[in-house]
Amino acid sequence: MAVQTIFRHQAVEPSASRRRRPPGANLWRAVRHNRKATAGALLLLFFLVLAIFPGQIAPYSYASTNFAPALPPSAAHWFGTTALGQDIFSQLVYGTRESLIIAFAVGGLSTFISVIVGVSAAYLRGFADGVLSLFTDVLLVIPTFPLIILIAAYVRSAGLLTIIIVLGLLGWSYGARQLRSQVLSLRDRDFLESARVRGERSLYIIVVEVLPTMTSLIVASFLGAALYAVLTAAGLQFIGLGDPNAQSWGTMLYWAENNEALGAGMPLWAIMPGVCVALLGASFALLNYAFDEISNPALRPVRKMMKADLDGLDTAARLRNVPRASRLGREA
Amino acid sequence: MRFILRRTGFFLFTMWAAVTVNFVIPRLMPGNPALAMIARYKGHINGQALKALELLFGVKAHVNIVSEYFTYLDNIIHGRFGTSYTFFPESVSHEVLQAIPWTLGLVGVTTILAFILGTLIGLVSAWRRGGLLDSMLPPIFVITSAFPYFWIALLCVWLFGIKLNWLPEFGGYAYQSTPGWQWSFISDVLVHSILPATTILVTSIGGWILTMRNNVISVLGEDYVRMARAKGLKPWTVMWGYAGRNAILPNLTGFAMSLGFVVSGAILVEFVFNYPGVGWMLLDAVSNEDYPLMQALFLLITLAVLTAVLLADIATALLDARTRDLA
Amino acid sequence: MKLRRRSGITDGAARTGALGGPGRFVERVQRLPGTRTDDAILEVRDLSVAYVTDAGLVMAVDRVDLDLARGEFLGVVGESGCGKSTLLFGIAQLLSPPARIVGGSVKFRGSEIAGLSDKQLRHIRWRDYSVVMQSAMNALNPVMTVAAQMRDVCRAHSEMSDLEIRERSAEVLRLVSIDPVHLDSHPHQLSGGMRQRAMIAMALLFTPDLVIMDEPTSALDVVAQRSLMVQIKELQQRLGFAVIFVTHDMSLVSNFSDRLAVMYAGQVAELGGTRQLFDFPLHPYTQGLLEAFPSIRGPKMHLQGIPGQPPDLAQPPPGCRFAPRCAKVTAPCLTIDPPLFDKNGDLVRCLLYKAGRPELGAAIFPSPQDRPGAGPSLSDLGVANPERTNDQ
Repeated sequence: MAVQTIFRHQAVEPSASRRRRPPGANLWRAVRHNRKATAGALLLLFFLVLAIFPGQIAPYSYASTNFAPALPPSAAHWFGTTALGQDIFSQLVYGTRESLIIAFAVGGLSTFISVIVGVSAAYLRGFADGVLSLFTDVLLVIPTFPLIILIAAYVRSAGLLTIIIVLGLLGWSYGARQLRSQVLSLRDRDFLESARVRGERSLYIIVVEVLPTMTSLIVASFLGAALYAVLTAAGLQFIGLGDPNAQSWGTMLYWAENNEALGAGMPLWAIMPGVCVALLGASFALLNYAFDEISNPALRPVRKMMKADLDGLDTAARLRNVPRASRLGREA
Repeated sequence: MRFILRRTGFFLFTMWAAVTVNFVIPRLMPGNPALAMIARYKGHINGQALKALELLFGVKAHVNIVSEYFTYLDNIIHGRFGTSYTFFPESVSHEVLQAIPWTLGLVGVTTILAFILGTLIGLVSAWRRGGLLDSMLPPIFVITSAFPYFWIALLCVWLFGIKLNWLPEFGGYAYQSTPGWQWSFISDVLVHSILPATTILVTSIGGWILTMRNNVISVLGEDYVRMARAKGLKPWTVMWGYAGRNAILPNLTGFAMSLGFVVSGAILVEFVFNYPGVGWMLLDAVSNEDYPLMQALFLLITLAVLTAVLLADIATALLDARTRDLA
Repeated sequence: MKLRRRSGITDGAARTGALGGPGRFVERVQRLPGTRTDDAILEVRDLSVAYVTDAGLVMAVDRVDLDLARGEFLGVVGESGCGKSTLLFGIAQLLSPPARIVGGSVKFRGSEIAGLSDKQLRHIRWRDYSVVMQSAMNALNPVMTVAAQMRDVCRAHSEMSDLEIRERSAEVLRLVSIDPVHLDSHPHQLSGGMRQRAMIAMALLFTPDLVIMDEPTSALDVVAQRSLMVQIKELQQRLGFAVIFVTHDMSLVSNFSDRLAVMYAGQVAELGGTRQLFDFPLHPYTQGLLEAFPSIRGPKMHLQGIPGQPPDLAQPPPGCRFAPRCAKVTAPCLTIDPPLFDKNGDLVRCLLYKAGRPELGAAIFPSPQDRPGAGPSLSDLGVANPERTNDQ
């Protein structure tokens, strides 16, 4: 059994036993074993803690301007202060919350829409599929960042909710495409056929039979959308289209740029929020890549044969009381 | 050929969709923002130009919206985008044409370079599975591909521009040079483009390497690669003709889809470096509430992206007979 | 170490444009198992192939011995997962990680090829032995025309001009009844049967001595299967190449094979002349397989399957691998892994036949423990110049 599974280079088929387990159990095991996944998960956890308990971690509040401006890093101010006298470290900690909210909200909204559109398009086929696919493709190709800039410019200053809605409504097309092609390849598999024959309704089939087999793809989609959201939101705020009074990393970057932080001797003010965005983005990217490896074993790091394996061979042979195979012979 | 016709049809349809979106959005916004803009123009430009602007943004309440739409389409097709507020009294088209070469030169060249380099490195690293390249690259590039463009740009500005003062970090050329075709100007331009180009290259190459590597690994597991081995072909032949040619196909499709990211990155990089390209002009227009310019730039960027997608599709059709026969 | 290299193209046949003609024809040899003659084109001894997994080594092929004479048609049958495809790739040196050869030797025309690198094997690949794979849709490069795929192998192994290559390609296509106009088609433009035959044609470009076939008929419908088999057999008799034919369809291959090897759980369970094996199956597994096929003409029978599942190769049972499912199991079967015994010319891995001479097993080969620190070291398996095998 083991031989046959390894030899075929396709993705592993959904077996009956796998479907009986709750969809989360396999994922959890896979995450624990994969180094990239653990690294990504730890980073994410770190930021989650910062977002949930900012008060306990940050020594000062975000906006308090009680300190001398443009201080270099010191024990009291780990990253120094801004041109307005705010503590950079505290700002970073408080800013985590907004970035995480954006990441998860946009990720969730995007994934939700892409699941609905992608799965329906694949399952309904025909004209409905044609229309949905065309819509998806158009949205996929139109450059969304300039479009977002345009919308944000018309709206004047984009608050948190606006950003979430706009990003969510524009970012689902890639996931929808992937899900659609996955469902198309599954559509004629036997276990779906048997559900149809049993007389189950389409909605039941979609939710109970199809979705669980695509869990890893949906999770990967969510992570991709979250990454995209964090970077794009930060970019929007950086160029000044966000709410300038918001407490977020992107806004910090905006103010830093406006006050010529790099040239005026406060480089950390501009660099540190970027580091945070980069790290949060990296955690999503790592988890995403790890999921790729988990769902496609061929991508995993190649394991070399080790001496221990051969020793195991010898032992097994000795146990069976049969002389071991000779070495590979060659003509002298 | 039918395939290419279909893709061209899609191209035209999407362009039409973008133009229509441009038409609809300002009219949807509460308290038409264009009103304020038009008020600023009054007294500065003649009645005809004013009327054109009103048509672009739909300020007159009692005009038939359908006829307005068709007039708008007509204007767009003829390139009449109105007068730019930022560069008053120049027309939008004139200003936009100035910015295009800068962006094309910087972003266009570096993106293509990143694609080619990334694909090659990905191919080689996957070919030698378990080698040094293969074990080092994926983790590194997974992380760097998540870095925001503007942050790398800021780092470059700070490190190489300000701290070390090796390279200029501002503008497309030193403001005291005179534009022209002489070498002093050209070399000045090239030097000014080093940092922005490096930023784009470094940030975007990771994605290509990773996707190409994954594609090649999947392809290497295919039977026809094993067959090529069985035929006793030279490894070079197998790598290029069998593995590479098949692995690059999804990459080309991916190229088209990732152009969105490239565009957003390019805009931010131009912003940070004050590089006088299309992206910088767009953001400048935003801060000046110069809606005609914004619209035109958005349509231009869309056009560029769609053209690139179409070219990638044509390349795929040339390389893969199955796509040709599909339509 | 030099492998004997064939000079020029197969006896000038391709150069002159004639079909691999009468010069290549060899009489069908009824080969007695166990006899080593110089006629053997392939000698496999003790071949073991393992998959390197996180849980250790999984032995997909366990100490397999095979001989093949010139022009002989050997069928290898077994259920899915028994290791027959892995055996095939192990013989053809086409394994890829995580699979690798961990023991034994493969001698092709007297020269050892096991463990050689692709570079060293390039001289004999395709010219002396070629491979036909299971699904032509997957085995043919989808972005190249048929002509281009034939061209690149011709260019790699010969000095033929482009015109000669084209002629030869057309010739081999005609051999398998495909109109040469399809040379310029891509694989997806051909039907399934045509694709498969095109692959076989490609395998015959240099009229090799040995063609290894991995389930070439499995992807076809029943009618196409039969006609393809007939064509293969006819070509084999005409051109005189040996064939190892792997399949799970025992009844199909038994009409055409000279000898049959039955594999189970990575080992050869039984090996003998086809007719003899069918008339007098010895191994309980073979008996079970044959009882599962009803005869069209005979009396109505109650169909017997074989209860149970093949063993998990990561943890093979200590004794005979078939023991858990065997109807004739005895106590020693559970602890002793039987070697192959000879019974009336049929080799069978079953303790029931222990009275016969143990043919290929512990007694014949001297123990490899001829130096302290027994067993191969890592360097042995990868580096040149180890000692000879315990052969001859």
